[in-house]
Amino acid sequence: MNAPEPSTEHLGTVELRIPSKPEWVAVARLAVAAIANRLPFSVEEIEDLKLAIAEACTICIQNGAGIQTIDITCDAATSYLRVEVRDDRQRTRSESGAKRGSMMAVEGEGLGIFLIQALMDNLEYNVDPQYGTELVMTKRVGA
Amino acid sequence: MDIKVHVRESDDDAYVVELGGEIDVYTSPKVKDAITELIDQGHYNLVINLEKVRYIDSTGLGVLIGGLKRVREHGGTVNLVCTNPQIKKIFDITGLVKIFGIFDDEAGAKKALA
Repeated sequence: MNAPEPSTEHLGTVELRIPSKPEWVAVARLAVAAIANRLPFSVEEIEDLKLAIAEACTICIQNGAGIQTIDITCDAATSYLRVEVRDDRQRTRSESGAKRGSMMAVEGEGLGIFLIQALMDNLEYNVDPQYGTELVMTKRVGA
Repeated sequence: MDIKVHVRESDDDAYVVELGGEIDVYTSPKVKDAITELIDQGHYNLVINLEKVRYIDSTGLGVLIGGLKRVREHGGTVNLVCTNPQIKKIFDITGLVKIFGIFDDEAGAKKALA
């Protein structure tokens, strides 16, 4: 991830946990839009964020047979919004102190990953059949 | 969150699928069902009107691509009506502007089917 600019002020962290079901993706999308609306993003940038977060949740659902929940963590700063999206297998792994899987590009994730990469300024992700799905993305204001 | 699907036959032997609302991982199966039903009935020239669609994600795009693939196997095509700049941007980013005929109004989309 690109380092935040020195003048950036961290505004707060918002955490959201949704059931890993298609009907809940819209909730994540709208919640992130509400958070982004508190930062000086343009309307178009907020639309980009909404789509990117929804794509990340969809990837978790589509790759997560048996997962129950998806965690969305938003770090808001004056110049950027950083969003982590991970399924509960990744959370369990993290809480147990297990070594975190390396962020890597995985072939075959299709349009979803492609869209996130196009709409956000930075994306790291790990889609692992055994250890779960995790995407970390950042959008800078006015970039 | 909602999706409205309205199918109608136009005067010139084409079928119009008018969509409204949000097309995402939850609602796209309903859109897929409508398109699949038309194709199964032998209708291969379709206009999909997205003018009232506020949001579409990759699963919605996948449904449109799947429909296009199927009608092309029968010599047909799918033209889209789209005026929402944000949705047009998604078609641009994904390169789907080169695959679909995208029109500003339904008359243009239907005329191009002929």
